[in-house]
Amino acid sequence: MPQYAVIIHSPAPADPAALTPDYLALLERYPAQVEELGGKEIAGFALEASTTATSVRGDVVTDGPFAEAKEVVAGFFVLEAPDLDVALAVAKLNPACLDGGVEVRPLFAWAPDGRA
Amino acid sequence: MNEIEEAVADAHRREWAFVLAATARVTGDLDLAEECVQDAYLAALDAWTRDGVPGKPGAWLTRTATRKALDLLRRDRVFRAKLPLLVELDVEPDPDMSLTDEPDEIPDDRLRLIFTCCHPALAREAQVALTLRLVCGVATPDISRAFLVSETTMAARLTRAKKKIAAARIPYRVPGAADLPERLDAVLSVIHLLYTTGHTAPSGAGLVRADLVDRAVELARMLLALMPDEPEVRGLLALLLLTDARRAARTDAEGRLVLLEDQDRSLWDRAAIAEGRDLAVAAFRTGRVGRYAVQAAIASLHAVTPTDWPQVVGLYDLLLRIWPSPVVALNRAVAVAMVEGPEKALAEVARLAADDRLAGYHYLPAVRADLLRRLSRFGEAADAYRAAIALADNEAEREFLESRLAEVSG
Repeated sequence: MPQYAVIIHSPAPADPAALTPDYLALLERYPAQVEELGGKEIAGFALEASTTATSVRGDVVTDGPFAEAKEVVAGFFVLEAPDLDVALAVAKLNPACLDGGVEVRPLFAWAPDGRA
Repeated sequence: MNEIEEAVADAHRREWAFVLAATARVTGDLDLAEECVQDAYLAALDAWTRDGVPGKPGAWLTRTATRKALDLLRRDRVFRAKLPLLVELDVEPDPDMSLTDEPDEIPDDRLRLIFTCCHPALAREAQVALTLRLVCGVATPDISRAFLVSETTMAARLTRAKKKIAAARIPYRVPGAADLPERLDAVLSVIHLLYTTGHTAPSGAGLVRADLVDRAVELARMLLALMPDEPEVRGLLALLLLTDARRAARTDAEGRLVLLEDQDRSLWDRAAIAEGRDLAVAAFRTGRVGRYAVQAAIASLHAVTPTDWPQVVGLYDLLLRIWPSPVVALNRAVAVAMVEGPEKALAEVARLAADDRLAGYHYLPAVRADLLRRLSRFGEAADAYRAAIALADNEAEREFLESRLAEVSG
């Protein structure tokens, strides 16, 4: 089954310690919703606030995330879903969509499993 | 063109989508399907010259294309390593089906093809290019000319889009009931965009790029045949027919723009108007009217003399509720001018001028200029015409605005 990276973008600095109780309540419900839509979370990670990030480009080390932006990567998970429609339905329900957004991107080189 | 060449060209126009859609299900790969279908059309020329034109050209072409595809797939296992197109089968696949000489019925997969080409995960310009290439079978150089980009750019756009379909696993299927309204809207938007691109070519000399217009009308017809119960499909076809009925009268012998009120109505296509009106009425009868049906109803009011302007304003009110857009509000203002006078309309246009979404939209100063002209405020009208000319990029329209500018400056 195809796998996607679902990359969560939240308003900087996306500090997980600062998540509101409302947001946490939505997050709690999320895994069940993912399953219900026909998706499966394979692995997921939340990141520390973007203020803790360090970027390296060439041999220059700078404090902060790679690109200065209103939104920063807050985390990501690997989603297994039968097709993009299911992956997008899962993405739309992610609470990050309320104040930021998510990027859905297929993982490279999943093993071809023939025709679905 | 001899008789056989004509039959092949005709089959290309009528059957391309059917043949490609059916072949793609077998190949599981849009690129390969395209290649095999192309080959099948080439093979048709010889075979039909030799054996005569088959009774069902579409079935012949599909069998030939799928056979070619299966041969290639068997010979070259490399294809298996490619990301296959995600086909959701609604029936159990029958591996022998495509090889038998007379399959009872080749499944009609055109809707899958259309919905895949217009998937919201693809950019609108990619949706449009894919629809022309895969659904209409228009050659890439012709698409690039219609959209005024280089052939390389258009080819790259198509390749990128097909690659995304495969890599991101955009499914080859008709969306379910829950997603259908939104997804259908994307399809209708693509067809409408094709039409408007042809109808008012955004730049260049010709006002109508007839081929795009014809393709859009054919697509709308195909979609209505495939989805006869969707009122908005009916509405779109009605709108295209009613607008296109005035094609011959829209420009004069020198290619200059002729306003609706000055058009030679004997040049209007009465049959298209009648068909369009019937379709619009049928769409309204369902009680589920959308923006295309309402626009079609407005277009049908414009096709009778004298125009019932109060009813036009009423329909624009309805349209604004369904589709709150400043462009609709601007069109409504034009109708208001006919009912309540230019002064009242001018106030509405002034209000709309504050809307950022209309910044750079040349019809805004053009409408304002016309209203000022009718109020004999020629100095202000001239300024507005100049603003509109600066923003217009269609030569026929610019020429028209310049003639009006000369009028109010004289």
